[in-house]
Amino acid sequence: MKTLIVAEHDNQTLKAATLNAVAAAQQLGDDIDILVVGSGCQAAADAAAAVPGVASVVLADNAAYENQLAENVSLAVADVAAGYDAVLAAATANGKNVMPRVAALLDVAQISDITAVIDADTFERPIYAGNVIATVKSSDAKKVITVRTTAFDAVPAEGGSASVQAVDGAHDAGVSSFIGEEVAVSDRPELTSASVVISGGRGMQNGDNFSMLEGIADKLNAAIGASRAAVDAGFVPNDYQVGQTGKIVAPDLYIAVGISGAIQHLAGMKDSKVIVAINKDEDAPIFQVADYGLVADLFAALPELEAAL
Amino acid sequence: MKVLVAVKRVVDYNVKVRAKADGLDVELNNVKMAINPFCEIAVEEAVRLKEAGTASEVVVASIGDKSCQEQIRTALALGADRGIHVEAEGRPEPLEVAKLLKGVIGSESPDLIILGKQSIDGDNNQTGQMLAALTGMGQGTFASEVNVGEGTVQVTREIDGGLQTVELKLPAVVTTDLRLNEPRYASLPNIMKAKKKPLDTVSPADLGVDVQSHVTLMGVKPPAERSAGIKVESVEQLVDKLKNEAKVIS
Repeated sequence: MKTLIVAEHDNQTLKAATLNAVAAAQQLGDDIDILVVGSGCQAAADAAAAVPGVASVVLADNAAYENQLAENVSLAVADVAAGYDAVLAAATANGKNVMPRVAALLDVAQISDITAVIDADTFERPIYAGNVIATVKSSDAKKVITVRTTAFDAVPAEGGSASVQAVDGAHDAGVSSFIGEEVAVSDRPELTSASVVISGGRGMQNGDNFSMLEGIADKLNAAIGASRAAVDAGFVPNDYQVGQTGKIVAPDLYIAVGISGAIQHLAGMKDSKVIVAINKDEDAPIFQVADYGLVADLFAALPELEAAL
Repeated sequence: MKVLVAVKRVVDYNVKVRAKADGLDVELNNVKMAINPFCEIAVEEAVRLKEAGTASEVVVASIGDKSCQEQIRTALALGADRGIHVEAEGRPEPLEVAKLLKGVIGSESPDLIILGKQSIDGDNNQTGQMLAALTGMGQGTFASEVNVGEGTVQVTREIDGGLQTVELKLPAVVTTDLRLNEPRYASLPNIMKAKKKPLDTVSPADLGVDVQSHVTLMGVKPPAERSAGIKVESVEQLVDKLKNEAKVIS
């Protein structure tokens, strides 16, 4: 089984999600290469080469790949994929954008968001917003897979010394161009990789009240998240959303504040090691998954919590 | 400009889906079905483009057995002009749906194709991207804003950490995220009118597609249960537990 991992990176650094994808690939076999498609991305390729257990790094470096436009990147991936039995990527926004396009170019199905590898053809993945876990078996000779990162513990980032091989050729489909990006700049850790996450729900009542979470987040070096209800109500931006259709997180500590616990939200955080729920409704479903539940008015509890930390 | 919207019939989002006792599939008998929420957003966006004078016609397509005509009628009641039902048995996989939609595009030649980013049953998040690949079109996935220009469309996309804007040549594929718009409710007069709107049925063979299966569902099971922990009485006790029992803070 020869497996290719499509790296998640920003041309300079390798994103941690790649390390989770490598962990999933290791369950398919030992022959693992990483493909880095980007522009001026030698540093990311070097970082990929340092991942233990990686045989070689394939580098497709061209201006056409600078902003990860799916139309161009998918052509590069499909090209390199010819020599592999399986192509994996983390199920990040980028992986979800590019990989189905790769699968269609290869005329195979994609197995999305796997949470377990049963054997080389069989995988588990959550469906129906996480209400059930499906076991699916692929009959395609070549697999295209995206990996739910929280289901696989990341491999170490350092210790390996793979070779880096550059491939020639530029694929520019010529149908899309990058206009711009607004990425929130924050001193806090990234939501999907933070070891502590504190999220607010509809119970926060408005966006201003989210500042009550900030002091606690600062003390715990936590990322701030939100339920879909809070995002839909306009309290916080879209990229705060934790849930089946938002971000999937699994920190060491997850603090849910004023979140009732809809299945959609639980699907995005229930693999957290320790869950704390603060809610004034003692019947809220969030308490059914919380290790520690505090039935309290969040407006009283949050300042107290901040002071106690 | 002609807009094609694809919609899927799925279990209503309020239904809590469970595995059947035999564990082979989920229980779908006698559950309420509805138009996939992301597809509803796609219909709304297309109808708004028509109301703004940007689109001249909104065609809605659905793939499945006869029952999915119900969801096409819903889309027609929301303002789409006519429907195309691609009659297919079973549950066609995303790649096959993409091939069938490519066939529809071949006969309809739309300038813009709008789909939901994922269906809330399979949660695959694939069809739009696959359709774009098969037709060689640009894709604006997870859209939170769509602006049609001269021969192009600018799509603002929800990405990890923020928003990204891309420009695509038309024809192009757009997939909707939750915050693109808030779909309207169909009014009773519009529901009545929708019954008279044209709805054609075609077969996969008409579209030149031989529907294949690549993935077999071996079984389903409930997710691992997380047992409820304890209720603490105070913030003080909570902090003590986190420090000394769970040892997740210092």
